[in-house]
Amino acid sequence: MTILRHELKRNRTSCLIWTGAIGALLIICILLFPEMKGQMAGVGEMFSSMGAFTTAFGMDRLNFGTLTGYYAIECGNVLGLGGAFFASLTGAGMLAKEESGRTAEFLLTHPVSRRRIAAEKLLALGVLIVLLNLAVYGLAVGSMLVIAEPVPWKEVSLMHASYFLMQLELGALCFGLSAFLRKGSAGIGLGTAFLMYFLNLIANITESAKFLKYITPFGYCDGADVVSSGRIDGTMLAVGAGIAAAAILAAFLQYERKDIH
Amino acid sequence: MNAIETEKLTKYYGKFRGIIDLDLSVEQGECFGFIGPNGAGKSTTIRTLLGLIAPTAGCARVLGKDVQKEKTAILRDVGYLPSEAVFYGGMRVKDILKLSADLRKKDCSARAAVLCERLELDPGRKAEELSFGNRKKLAIICAVQSDPALLILDEPTGGLDPLMQREFFEIIKERNRAGATVFLSSHILSEVQRHCGRAAVIREGRLIACDSVEAMRDSNARRVRIEGRVDLAGLPGLKDLNVSEQGASFLYSGDMQPLLHRLSEGDVRDLNITEPDLEEIFLHYYGKGEPA
Repeated sequence: MTILRHELKRNRTSCLIWTGAIGALLIICILLFPEMKGQMAGVGEMFSSMGAFTTAFGMDRLNFGTLTGYYAIECGNVLGLGGAFFASLTGAGMLAKEESGRTAEFLLTHPVSRRRIAAEKLLALGVLIVLLNLAVYGLAVGSMLVIAEPVPWKEVSLMHASYFLMQLELGALCFGLSAFLRKGSAGIGLGTAFLMYFLNLIANITESAKFLKYITPFGYCDGADVVSSGRIDGTMLAVGAGIAAAAILAAFLQYERKDIH
Repeated sequence: MNAIETEKLTKYYGKFRGIIDLDLSVEQGECFGFIGPNGAGKSTTIRTLLGLIAPTAGCARVLGKDVQKEKTAILRDVGYLPSEAVFYGGMRVKDILKLSADLRKKDCSARAAVLCERLELDPGRKAEELSFGNRKKLAIICAVQSDPALLILDEPTGGLDPLMQREFFEIIKERNRAGATVFLSSHILSEVQRHCGRAAVIREGRLIACDSVEAMRDSNARRVRIEGRVDLAGLPGLKDLNVSEQGASFLYSGDMQPLLHRLSEGDVRDLNITEPDLEEIFLHYYGKGEPA
């Protein structure tokens, strides 16, 4: 587990910064809620009458005046995008950074099989995503307790669980891409996260593009869907798991036979 | 069993030539030189032996094991010194040495401490702050600290000052005396001549000579440049002679005495005798036919 430990150390700062940034934004949003609640009558009406914009962010199905609705929209975007960026960036860099940073020669001339290296790196990615999500979940629930609002446990936990799964899928997808890259992994990682995020917005706006929800992992972690249905869509999740598994398999196959320059 | 054995080993990078039909055999326990100019295919050969790249055709065995099928087992007994070592940022010298040892599942701390002392490398320094020469020292210790059975060294002395080069070769020789095979890739002929028993010469991806260093020393030539007038007619060992109005330039591989005799008889205003660069030697002594 030397490589796992090594990867956790290398990504420690980045993980702390992302956790701190996402956590701080969530805390600010939640602490602002009591003040916002009073003004929500007007704001909620405004938010729910902005046409496509309203549909894109699911504000037609959520009540901005409740903590659940407020959290799903405000914090959902922060955690959704922030978490997605972290998972994609870290995943895309996992294998590729050894080549772009020219450390691959060092690592791969030690007696550790490439399969083992890829496996430990994948595990490290998983651990980092788990740590970030646990910390962020704790911070969010903690702030809700601070503002003395009743915590909507089920909804908040479901939302966090869906974002966590989405990050795992994106992380796995970018990990798969990482095996094919030699450099430029940051761009690919951010690009993938962005693309997936916008696919979901498009799916929300356009009825004929609904199928996109099955492609992007943001499909099953749309706060409005999760809160209104009270569950995470199983079919979308299954498709996501399939994509993740395929990406991981591709990563292993490619990394085994890749020429390292 | 040979330490290294390649058979028609070939590597193309797309259309670009890496190495072609390389037949190489290095016996166990010898110190073997691998000479060639930059871009000849030295690093390609080494990378194939280490399993970093897969050959296009042919096969190679290291310590009796197939480089493609038994990569990990080979690496367990091989210490590799890259020509340009790059390490992870944010780590200290001792952390990197520990990481390298951990990846080998060995405790090399005692050995590492001795080697740091000998090469005058401070284990507390941060790796990214090291100069090129100090990075090289760190790479040397990484390669040697586990006492591997085969040492593959790619341009090992670049960046090391003469004193450190001597210490480095002392360490390598100790390992060699203890039974380790040494594969030394270099474009510095004198380095190979001084330390290796046998050597192979590679040019444009092909092996053009493989012989004992003794035999190669005989063909060791000097580039002689003369300003003035000297009668060189009939002097044996003369190659690539260019005569101009100012003087002459040629490669000389004969005995020194007759040359000095001719020079003293002539009218020499200035004289310059240097080791020719490898290109010249390969071209005129190992080149079977002109370069493509």
